Amino acid sequence: MSIKGKAYIAGAFEHPTRKAPDKSVAQLHAEVALGALADAGLSKDDVDGYFCAGDAPGTGPLSMLEYMNLKVRHVDSTNIGGSSYIAHVAHAAQAIALGKCNVALITLAGRPRSDGSSTGAAPRRDNPEQPDFLWESLFGMETLNAYAMCAMRHMYEFGTTSEQLAWIKVAASHHAQHNPNAMLRNLVTVDEVLASPVIADPLHRLDSCVVSDGGGALIVTKPEIARSLKRPLVKVMGAGEAVKHQSGGQVDLTYSAAVRSGAIAFEEAGVRPADIKYVSLYDSFTITVLVQLEDLGFCRKGEGGRFVADGNLISGQGRLPFNTDGGGLCNNHPVHRGGMTKVIEAVRQLRGEAHPAVQVPNCDVALAHGTGGLISMRHGGATLIMERE
Amino acid sequence: MSTDAVTALALHNPETNAFWAGLIEGRFLVRRCEDCGEAHWYPRAICPFCSSSRTGWQEASGRGVIYSYSIMRRAKVPYAIAFVSLAEGPTMMTNIVDCDFEALAIGQPVKLAIRRREDGLALPMFTPA
Repeated sequence: MSIKGKAYIAGAFEHPTRKAPDKSVAQLHAEVALGALADAGLSKDDVDGYFCAGDAPGTGPLSMLEYMNLKVRHVDSTNIGGSSYIAHVAHAAQAIALGKCNVALITLAGRPRSDGSSTGAAPRRDNPEQPDFLWESLFGMETLNAYAMCAMRHMYEFGTTSEQLAWIKVAASHHAQHNPNAMLRNLVTVDEVLASPVIADPLHRLDSCVVSDGGGALIVTKPEIARSLKRPLVKVMGAGEAVKHQSGGQVDLTYSAAVRSGAIAFEEAGVRPADIKYVSLYDSFTITVLVQLEDLGFCRKGEGGRFVADGNLISGQGRLPFNTDGGGLCNNHPVHRGGMTKVIEAVRQLRGEAHPAVQVPNCDVALAHGTGGLISMRHGGATLIMERE
Repeated sequence: MSTDAVTALALHNPETNAFWAGLIEGRFLVRRCEDCGEAHWYPRAICPFCSSSRTGWQEASGRGVIYSYSIMRRAKVPYAIAFVSLAEGPTMMTNIVDCDFEALAIGQPVKLAIRRREDGLALPMFTPA
């Protein structure tokens, strides 16, 4: 059984806030939920399935369902970090295909910026009961140096350069200049990325994403309901998920979970990387984008540096436009979890509702991929392929 | 978590406290499976390769090579984090100490350098061989 064509993304909403000291986390979840429902043309009483991850306050979906006063018959709180929400779309499609729900709501929201939490160089708030906790926290492992070691190894094995990584940030800034909500709207050059301070070798400050408050929500429905609404039809074509870890000490930092999740998604969707007109890629750091591009098959392993150089990811210029909202590198990274906004911008592109300056012409097939957790250690990969009908 | 709480966690974890107790006495242990023969990291009671419960501690050579590393420059005191591939097989996260950060390189041979904290806990770190 496949989810291909069994569900549609009928509503998508990104919270415009980037700093919300005057709102609670639960309130932000409810605001994005109502935003996505309004976008779809549905009401809260239509929702019969709810999906959330670790950013939702309370035990799984319980507190948020009570807060929003939703009465659902299907819940899923799969938590694979920032990739969760991409997997949630697939899980919602599965539930819809099995008749477990008809209108699924997925929410993400939080306010790490207002709360002054992790900037990537602060100790991670892991659970001490995690079996890996001592073996990493005692050595000063933080988000930044975990990704930096991945970049360092990539450079060693394949000759990837800081200039090539910088092109990823440059492309994101080209897109962010058109997004009035983006935190960083200034165009940056390769030289400016390289001139920014090195935080954890070889990653510079401008190789890193922003920290922001906010969130987003999605509505996934069955085909009959999607066709009854007034929005353009965005069909779920295929999805894949995988978790990669350190394999008992057989560490290989050159690839991510996208190798497996991407292959599964492409097979289910029945398309190839060459068919993808627009791609949303998790961009916690520039190296994250480069590794995912290789792993998803947009170029061969080791050739990501050459692939991203010279503006190849810039809409209107390059072969593969990416993150046309400015992504996590320039726009926002709500709750340090970028998967939600990756799906939202892909939906905008497929609907033809991206900013005209970055809209990809004839954008009929798009892919969103997330890497949640730490790419050098444990992380979830979730891939989603969507088609405009 | 406070330093003391982390130390208590290390010394009282029933599965791995022998590792930390051994290191305090100067012995660097890895966990090896008596059935499939493979050493793994981090140490577990159950072999992550063949699922055997017949695993035991083995004193390691303390020799390895740097698989990858990064200098954390934004810290109050910059430090080198690394993955070191041990001569016994597995690759572990650690710090490289007593070194010129600018001279570190992937593939560089390193040797064990046990670091003792004020609260008595000893940490398995490495230094260029």
